Amino acid sequence: MSVSTKQQRRMVLPELEAEKGKWKKIRKNDYALYIMIFLPLLYFVLFKYIPMTDIVVAFKDYNMFHTVWSSPWADELLKYFKMAFSSKDFLRALRNTIVLNFLDLLVGFPVPIIIALLLNEITIFKRFKRFAQTVLYMPHFLSWTIISGMALLVLAPENGLVNILLSRMGAKTIPFLSNKYLWIATYVGLGIWQSAGYTAIVYLASIAGINPELYEAAEMDGAGRMRKIWHITLPGIRPTIVVMLILNLGRILNISLERPYTMGNYLVRGVSDVISTYVYRVGIESQQFSLATAVGLFQSVVCVIFLVAANIICERLGERGIW
Amino acid sequence: MERQIMRLPERKRGSRGANKSKSNQVTNIIFLFLVFLLVLLCLLPMLNVAATSLSSELAIINRQVYFWPVQIDLEAYKNVFNDASMMHSLRLTAILTVVSATFSMLMTILCAYPLSQKTFVGRGLFNTIIIITMYFNPGMIPNYLHIKRLGLLDNFWVMVLPVGISVFNMIILKSFFQSIPQSLRESAEIDGASHWTILTRIYIPLSKPALATLTLFYAVGRWNGFEDARLYISSRNLYPIQFKLYQIINNLAAAESSMEGVAVKIAKEGMKTASIMFATIPILLVYPWLQKYFVTGVTVGSNKG
Repeated sequence: MSVSTKQQRRMVLPELEAEKGKWKKIRKNDYALYIMIFLPLLYFVLFKYIPMTDIVVAFKDYNMFHTVWSSPWADELLKYFKMAFSSKDFLRALRNTIVLNFLDLLVGFPVPIIIALLLNEITIFKRFKRFAQTVLYMPHFLSWTIISGMALLVLAPENGLVNILLSRMGAKTIPFLSNKYLWIATYVGLGIWQSAGYTAIVYLASIAGINPELYEAAEMDGAGRMRKIWHITLPGIRPTIVVMLILNLGRILNISLERPYTMGNYLVRGVSDVISTYVYRVGIESQQFSLATAVGLFQSVVCVIFLVAANIICERLGERGIW
Repeated sequence: MERQIMRLPERKRGSRGANKSKSNQVTNIIFLFLVFLLVLLCLLPMLNVAATSLSSELAIINRQVYFWPVQIDLEAYKNVFNDASMMHSLRLTAILTVVSATFSMLMTILCAYPLSQKTFVGRGLFNTIIIITMYFNPGMIPNYLHIKRLGLLDNFWVMVLPVGISVFNMIILKSFFQSIPQSLRESAEIDGASHWTILTRIYIPLSKPALATLTLFYAVGRWNGFEDARLYISSRNLYPIQFKLYQIINNLAAAESSMEGVAVKIAKEGMKTASIMFATIPILLVYPWLQKYFVTGVTVGSNKG
């Protein structure tokens, strides 16, 4: 308590004190803020910045008997990058990553917009609408392990629900997860299943921001439902669509480990092996740390460049950027 | 065209209106139907898994199970309950989730509060340091080597400490703190309150909903976490539930391909679905609370990611 009374005397007019020095002076009371942020900063340094120094492994002949710093530099500095780009496996992983992400974008991008438009147009049965939203958002909170597990069961060639229904209708069974083209389709489909509903929230929020007078004016002019969607709602959420599209393009080389890893199997390795699974296999499983780090660094750098470019484009277009 | 419509006489406009409301009803029904289809598409696979987990082996063998349990049988659940390693995983993951969410929330609050204060000198610099980590990731292997050097491999805390702060969640909380009127802080300061008092007596009580949401986000993220366990955990008694589930599903997939007898295969299918249910039900239980708040979270995030 004695501390606080002391402070009280010192802090009669905090605002005045803060303005005294034109170059910002730290207020006595704000010292506590530095104590507070110490642990979080330590966290970022320890778990985010120090690992960045380990990137040098990509330029070194690292193995388990050396530390990162004591291992010798590679005789040719870009040895492991060259090795990666002359490796068929890596090029295949790179191709697969781009193909899967591109298909995700091409097929998956419009779906949340359509869902948002549909949900927005429901004006009757509000209860049902709320229920629909609850159900459509939910898959986002299931892990890929669960989703892949369910897919494995529901799409199983003999005892899966889908194929049981198909055979009851006299159709041929479909090998969803063992044919490579069907596997790609399943991958993209499950991606939509998981995230489309949740992503629709962003568009719904954007739609909610459209000036309602525009709709009233259009109604006066005799515009129907579809015309209002086409001429008001869609142009109204155009900025959001553009930002989302560019952001997604910026992530074209980003791919999680979990989704392809839990869904993939050896039959479809040719199309399911992507950069993340490649790095995991080469780095952790076969301990070629330098090669795997080089690949990871290549991916990270391309990702940053794409993201920065995406942000610049967003700003050029007059939209708010990502930071 | 539009001008013509404007000039239409009253009577005609009226009839047009009637037509419109009729076509309006039709579109309403079409839209409702489409949304209904989407809902089914989301629900039916989950229902099928739930129904399978509750059905008898015989019904599964005869391919009778669709969306409702046939010959209700809790055998699969009993098997899961009797599987010591599965129960161990569930208990471990529950503890892990609580510990991790608590730790993450403490760190996130300690990070967000200073950054929300306008008088905090160096705020911009700290902000930049933190935001950079959102965009540049050193990659799987440097992270792995670092964790190994820290001696955290195959350690309970490797699933707590490295995932301490999600920058995205931190920004959400920061924006929430920034929306609390500065005058509250100022008057408290005049009364001699330190930042610790302001944080615990004003900011935290005022942002309970936001804190609850973020805690749930962290908890769900930890419960669902798979990748870090795959990378860093190797001993069986530290397997979190997702990893355990992955093994159950895939070992059995391997067993399937090795042409075991049909009966064995199907019995395991019941166990798979039951395990999926065990991993899913906790999420479903917290989902209503989650849903109450995440809409705001997402929109805040989309404004300033």
